Amino acid sequence: MTELIDALRSGAFAGMREGHLHRLGACARRVEYRAGDAVINEGGAADRFFLILEGEVEVSVHQPHLGDVALESIGAGDLLGWSWLAVPAVWQLDAHASSPVTAVAFDAACVRREMERDHELGYQLLQRFVGVIVHRLQASRLQRLDVYAPLAGPEPT
Amino acid sequence: MSAFLDPLLPRPCRIERVTHETGAGDVFTWELAPLEGELPGFRPGQFNMLYAFGAGESAISISGDPGDGPLLHTIRAAGRVTRVMRDLSPGDVIGVRGPFGEPWPLDRAEDRDLVVVAGGIGLAPLRPVLLDALRRRQRLRRVLLLYGARTPADMLYRQEIEAWRARPEIEVAVTVDHAAPGWNGSVGVVTRLIERAGFDPERSLALLCGPEVMMRFAGRSLRQRGMPATDIWLSMERNMACGVGWCGHCQLGPLLICRDGPVFPLDRVEPLMGVKQL
Repeated sequence: MTELIDALRSGAFAGMREGHLHRLGACARRVEYRAGDAVINEGGAADRFFLILEGEVEVSVHQPHLGDVALESIGAGDLLGWSWLAVPAVWQLDAHASSPVTAVAFDAACVRREMERDHELGYQLLQRFVGVIVHRLQASRLQRLDVYAPLAGPEPT
Repeated sequence: MSAFLDPLLPRPCRIERVTHETGAGDVFTWELAPLEGELPGFRPGQFNMLYAFGAGESAISISGDPGDGPLLHTIRAAGRVTRVMRDLSPGDVIGVRGPFGEPWPLDRAEDRDLVVVAGGIGLAPLRPVLLDALRRRQRLRRVLLLYGARTPADMLYRQEIEAWRARPEIEVAVTVDHAAPGWNGSVGVVTRLIERAGFDPERSLALLCGPEVMMRFAGRSLRQRGMPATDIWLSMERNMACGVGWCGHCQLGPLLICRDGPVFPLDRVEPLMGVKQL
């Protein structure tokens, strides 16, 4: 448990009160995945979220004839999964370990109960998730800009 | 011989070798040799004006080794002149003027982490930096290359990057905006690599080159990590024509990119990058 709480003190949960970290820790367990293992599956119940400690997870969407199309890599210190926050709490995408992964998996129902019980904990957690969501949205917009594509404007020399 | 010192007089050079860098074939590297005498040395970050006779000139950064080896230029066929260049072959002769411009401030990297952030063909002017850094490695702390490309097939110097990956003196992280089957590396924008790199923001020098929008976002990400704008340097690109600050084609507000740059500290150009009229 101590090791798990230590892991929560850095990265996405840095700055949270010790008591809050312990209550989150009570909803969490350490998990490991081998390269290629599925971490979440589109359409499945979003009953967890993860803090990646080591390794990389690839978020993807399956397209007929194309297979799994990678959208983004999530690495150490990153949070994976926010579908548990919004009804109907269903995973919208797939994710699999692209290398051996160690992570902390949080039981979403347990965390939600703690957030209901202690709105300050809920606020702190939501503030961090909103930060992650905003950040990923900005990155997705930049990705969508396709900045390395051949210029579409006036012809350079 | 004195005629070659005229900065407006191109020096004839033969294309010795052409290497195609990307799957699409639009990016290629020339190895050049002068028809007479020796070429002047250069400092990482400087550029030459390359003249395709009958078509025109284009400012192209130097991507060779500043300490050794032939003159190399990596060129993207993106416009009228560079498309003519793409069709030239070994044995053809072009004109070369230069080197011009302010180099990367590599003396500032001593005893600090050197964070090289490249996007797309922006790796070309940073390759000399990495070669130079590897040569005087003991005077630097960590050396990191954070490279973003459009797709795996669009990566420059792929074999060399793989060789760097295997060396303990340099940490290499590569990401692509769009993955392809068989790609096992990271997917996402290059700013995500900055977040994971774990360098010391108070004791680092960051060098950025890529599309301007990528540099804006990368600069912002570095600053959010605590790096002062004076430690973040980037290479700007505008329509350079004379290369020596006479014609004004590459003006960016009070700056002439060819004369005052192309390498600038972020605090000097950031206010100008936000002016849409420039």
